[in-house]
Amino acid sequence: MKSETAIVVEDLTVAYDVKPVLWDVDLDIPAGTLTAIIGPNGAGKTTLLKAILGLVKPISGSIEFPTVGKNARKDLIAYVPQSGSVDWDFPVNALDVVMMGRYGYLGWFRRPGKADRAAAMEALAAVGMESFALRQIDQLSGGQQQRVFLARALVQNAEIYLMDEPFKGVDARTEKAIVALLKGLKNDGKTVVVVHHDLQTVRGTFDRVALINLHVIDSGPIQTVFNESNLARTYGGKEFLASAHKGERHD
Amino acid sequence: MSAGLEISLIAALISAACALPGAFLVFRRMSMMTDAITHSILLGIVLAFFRTRDLTSPWLIVGATLMGVFTVWLTETLTQTRLLKEDAAIGIVYSTLFSVAIILIALNARSVHIDTDSVLLGELAFAPFDRLILFGRDFGARSIYLSGIVLIINLAVIGIFYKELRLTTFDPAFAAAIGFSPFIVHYLLMLLVSMTAVAAFEAVGSVLVVAFMIIPPVTAGFLSDNMKTQFVLSALIGALSGVVGYAAAVKLDVSIAGCMAVVCGLFFMLAFLFAPKRGWVSERARYWARKIEFDRFTLLTHLIHHAGSEIEERENSLASLPHHLGWSPRRVERASRYLIERGTIRSFNGIFFVSDRGKTEYLSYCRELFGDAAENFDPANGG
Repeated sequence: MKSETAIVVEDLTVAYDVKPVLWDVDLDIPAGTLTAIIGPNGAGKTTLLKAILGLVKPISGSIEFPTVGKNARKDLIAYVPQSGSVDWDFPVNALDVVMMGRYGYLGWFRRPGKADRAAAMEALAAVGMESFALRQIDQLSGGQQQRVFLARALVQNAEIYLMDEPFKGVDARTEKAIVALLKGLKNDGKTVVVVHHDLQTVRGTFDRVALINLHVIDSGPIQTVFNESNLARTYGGKEFLASAHKGERHD
Repeated sequence: MSAGLEISLIAALISAACALPGAFLVFRRMSMMTDAITHSILLGIVLAFFRTRDLTSPWLIVGATLMGVFTVWLTETLTQTRLLKEDAAIGIVYSTLFSVAIILIALNARSVHIDTDSVLLGELAFAPFDRLILFGRDFGARSIYLSGIVLIINLAVIGIFYKELRLTTFDPAFAAAIGFSPFIVHYLLMLLVSMTAVAAFEAVGSVLVVAFMIIPPVTAGFLSDNMKTQFVLSALIGALSGVVGYAAAVKLDVSIAGCMAVVCGLFFMLAFLFAPKRGWVSERARYWARKIEFDRFTLLTHLIHHAGSEIEERENSLASLPHHLGWSPRRVERASRYLIERGTIRSFNGIFFVSDRGKTEYLSYCRELFGDAAENFDPANGG
């Protein structure tokens, strides 16, 4: 039985000025899978997420979401930006930020109510942050800020989750919590795509991987795609050898 | 109503009206855009006057508001070319547009009765002479109604779009991803800022508009964590600056708008220095407390590292510690006295020894500093 495809990227080229960042990318993400996007710095991983979300305009190509449909609400595709992308001195608390995940459902003008608040509290509890609900966001640690962002995505109750380096700068405990959360989403039949940089944790966390460096080098199940020759092709010789060496030591 | 009371009321209403959109400008790091808008709107007023030939026409307000939005657009378009930086673009756009307005006024001096001196500091003292007279009855100074209406519009628009303003200010990329155009909200805010600037400009001049838009929200940010409290506080601070500034100006017989801006600045200084949690004084106090605590920890770490070694005597004596740590004897004395009083270390023949309690405290401090990695610092594990 052929499973459904959640994201279909076809012939996607994105360029800043005339320098391509993504070059003729074709990528299918099956529904209900947990996919890591990996590749070296500047490979276009973040740009790929932003293009899928429609935040950057491609030169060519198309993006479709067959399981969600064309005219569905935009917030059925949840986005977790890098936590460094916002100003955490903004005077709001954790609960306020999580509530923003309900705004897409509410639309313009309508104000969040009790039900939205309850949903936000539930999402905070799911990431182990319920006791921090009323804490100002500038008083949260990096890992806690990341978990607030994840709670904001959870409360959207989306079909597709696109996350940009959710493991960046988080402590070991948060890392475990995030991995559990990603697997939970997958078990609920959601499609999760994560830009990831730590090659050591790809196996064991994800079930699919897309190797990207300007082009798609390869994509598919971990067992068939996540191998040395593909990594060498993605990262180039030197960087890959360094990280492979690090992996041996950790094992 | 006396003229003094009317002037105070106008200033209070205008400053409260300015503080509301001003707060979002501060959050968006766009403070200097107010400077640009308040100057370039003069060109809008002049151009609209050439069309209508009437200085009281409402079209002047429309023209000036549009010029404010145009200023923002032009600045951003220049910045987006990436050929120059935003601060430079702001400086270029507003000084040029403002100067064009000044030249147009000078060239048409006979027909345009705009006093270019009053542009910067306004003519608040004359505001009570401009009456709102309907059906032969005097309803008070016209500026009271104008500033009151602007305040109500700002309250209404920010009230209605509070959710959207907050969302697009905090995380514009996320906002766009869930279907809220940051572009629309941005220009709505700019429209509000321009309209407020135009209304305030006539009464208080461009310098005070900048002061009222930026200083109260920044001051409120020192006093509260909560956004809604900040809004209320900044409106109050602005209003109070207006009232106090007017009283000071009467007393000193100097520029009213100038005094209001200075009082506003003084309120900021007070909050900046003495705000309970975020002020400079409490921040310094926290810094020194941390530094003194860290001195004690540094001394304890040193004593633990050299405890039981052959050179313990050389390393851990009151006489040699200033040399080893690079501290003044007074600093060593201060840190060690505290640790002795606490029972963390003991002094024997001028040499310090760490007690069991000291070792426990050291480990708990390590855990606080390094979390799970603190085990590496346990002297029992071989350090």
